[in-house]
Amino acid sequence: MSGGTALNPKTAPPFPIAATAMVGNTQLRKNVRHATDVIQAKRARVVGEMPDWQALRDAGSAVREHTIRNLPFYLEQFERNCTAAGGHVHWARDAAEARAIVVRLAQEAIARGRTAPSIAGRPAGEPQGTHPGAGEAADGVALQGEVIKIKSMTTEEIQLNRALESVGIHPYETDLAELIIQLGQDQPSHIVVPALHKNRQQIREIFLREMKLEHLGESPQDLADAARRFLREKFLRVETAISGANFLIAETGGVCVVESEGNGRMCLTLPKTLITLAGIDKVVPRFQDLEVLLQTLPRSATGERMNPYNSVWTGVGKGYAAGDGPEHFHVVLIDNGRTEVLADAEARQTLHCIRCGACQNACPVYRETGGHAYGSVYAGPIGAILTPQLLGMHYAQSLPYASSLCGACYEVCPVKINIPEVLVHLRGRVVEENTGGLKTITNPEAMAMKAAGAIFRSEGRFRAAQRLGRMGETPLERRDGQGQKWVSWLPGMLGGWTNVRDLRAMPQQTFREWWEERERKGAPAGEAG
Amino acid sequence: MTESSAMSSREAILSRVRGIVGEARDADTVGLEWAALPRAYNAASAADRDAVLLRLIDRLHDYDAQVYRVSPEEIAGTVREIVSLLGLTEVLVPAGLAQGWLPDGVAFVKDEGFSPRELDRFTAVLTGSTLAIAETGTLVLQNLPGQGRRAATLVPDVHLCVVREQDVVATVPEAMRRLQATAELPTTFISGPSATADIEMTRIKGVHGPRFLHVLLVR
Ligand code: SF4
Repeated sequence: MSGGTALNPKTAPPFPIAATAMVGNTQLRKNVRHATDVIQAKRARVVGEMPDWQALRDAGSAVREHTIRNLPFYLEQFERNCTAAGGHVHWARDAAEARAIVVRLAQEAIARGRTAPSIAGRPAGEPQGTHPGAGEAADGVALQGEVIKIKSMTTEEIQLNRALESVGIHPYETDLAELIIQLGQDQPSHIVVPALHKNRQQIREIFLREMKLEHLGESPQDLADAARRFLREKFLRVETAISGANFLIAETGGVCVVESEGNGRMCLTLPKTLITLAGIDKVVPRFQDLEVLLQTLPRSATGERMNPYNSVWTGVGKGYAAGDGPEHFHVVLIDNGRTEVLADAEARQTLHCIRCGACQNACPVYRETGGHAYGSVYAGPIGAILTPQLLGMHYAQSLPYASSLCGACYEVCPVKINIPEVLVHLRGRVVEENTGGLKTITNPEAMAMKAAGAIFRSEGRFRAAQRLGRMGETPLERRDGQGQKWVSWLPGMLGGWTNVRDLRAMPQQTFREWWEERERKGAPAGEAG
Repeated sequence: MTESSAMSSREAILSRVRGIVGEARDADTVGLEWAALPRAYNAASAADRDAVLLRLIDRLHDYDAQVYRVSPEEIAGTVREIVSLLGLTEVLVPAGLAQGWLPDGVAFVKDEGFSPRELDRFTAVLTGSTLAIAETGTLVLQNLPGQGRRAATLVPDVHLCVVREQDVVATVPEAMRRLQATAELPTTFISGPSATADIEMTRIKGVHGPRFLHVLLVR
């Protein structure tokens, strides 16, 4: 059921080609723009409430940097404490190994469910172990079992669902957006709101068809009710769950999951076995550090002061807490290219990411193209720096160029990752790779990068370039009805941009010029700084 | 996968990380470095108690939760009112709940480790809480007497939660400091009823968790 062509950067078309197709999809662009507008407005409002927002960003950035610098210490500490609390920690170097571990753990859990007629502490007489094996997969192969899943980009990254299905285990996505994606045989296009490219009519059609409903209203409420009914039965029945993690707490061995719908809590507390997959970058030093991250993540991600539900649990619980949640708990720590990112000192800050998606919503390129053009589950600015690094630069070479370097992503990032800086650095690596590591300038791209580098390094040159640009584009400008100036044709390589969209003419005054003039005149009192 | 190859993956990853950032440093050195991290954000709030309580109520309303301000003696009566309004005769409660909170005429069923299906029989659950955070409108529940298992506050559609005014803090950092001693307990931060905005960014209440949250704020 979760078929479709998985987003695989190794086989995806280069960004410019994929993006051209997306830019032609008016409905998709409209849906993406609406969703990102709404989240951005909400985010701006709740971030504006926080007088200490910049201090929180600084603290978040410092905590992440400190963690990554001490990763061996914190990973071992997490493993020790999680194990002491009755959890089992596994390590996976790559996607294949992680898939193998999770599939084996799921198979073991399902087998346990079949052989155990009743479990101590749970009343007998409850139907036990009768469900696996019920139902048939589309190709007629009897299902050997089922698992429920919480939305997790890491499981998407390793394409876990297909691996589970190949051994006859059916994974039910329980996050509403992921359910829409799964039933629609689609792919996520955003790390926080994966189905934002679908509107309600499209979702209704998918639900009618896949849930085999006769009637279904069209309001978001009707659709959510249908999902509630469809999934409730699975929550009560399926005894194995798979989750991701937002944070692994080294100090306690605890795991934190942040969510809204309650599907996460269902998966974390009702099944007998819970398997959590997490990147080695997900560790945070102490419980107290959540005071920073729980303030910045929800506000950045969904524009809420706090997510409706955050869950923290440690192993299988001791003493009074035993029996609160699963009897078997596993954490699979996965590298899958993260140590490659670590090895590049200039791009290492990519690992600070807490996957809030704010940079996606703020990115003009993402907002025009939607997520699928990035060919990876990580779309937008974070995807543009993360994907090529996780997979090796020769895949996804075009991604570091899928940005206008406008800096909006850096501005909103709650842990202050300087994405533009990393993008420029990665572009340098792409050029280096394409020129065989030779520093000779052989292609126009390299030349342009070199020129851009020279310009950005000197303030004087940067200003001169802005003036030149303004003069150069003057003959190409035309005015629209509102008197705004637009450029609809650019020469040479730059034409790739204007083929599909108009470019706003450069303002007659740059921000710097405006600022300097304002300083000269004296800023009006009370103006927000 | 054999045990030994699992071991080798662990070693492979850790030794690669060590090769890049250096050997793991000792706990004291790491601890000192952690303690020196910049934390210039607001740890506490200067607002007075009334302002903090009003802020909590405002935030809870913002999430569509119902709030009742009551004295300790009024808890049972308010519970009865809510329960009769819902037309219920039976309410789930965790072990260790204060007896005085339970009105006569309503059957209270203690959670004895019910299976998910058995929990699904209940429409409402009544619990206490560890604390509440005004700034974010958040209730925090832990596995403690009177608060119970996480599943019990999740499956029923209505959650009645008692919060004592003395357990209300202004900010998230204040909450985390109070929770530090019991950091290892299963802990749930609840901010309003279950909600989603996955469909055209329209906020919808109650996808999978409780759809209705009633908060009894006790003087
Ligand atoms: S890079 Fe920053 S803004 Fe983008 S998802 Fe990660 S944490 Fe959020």
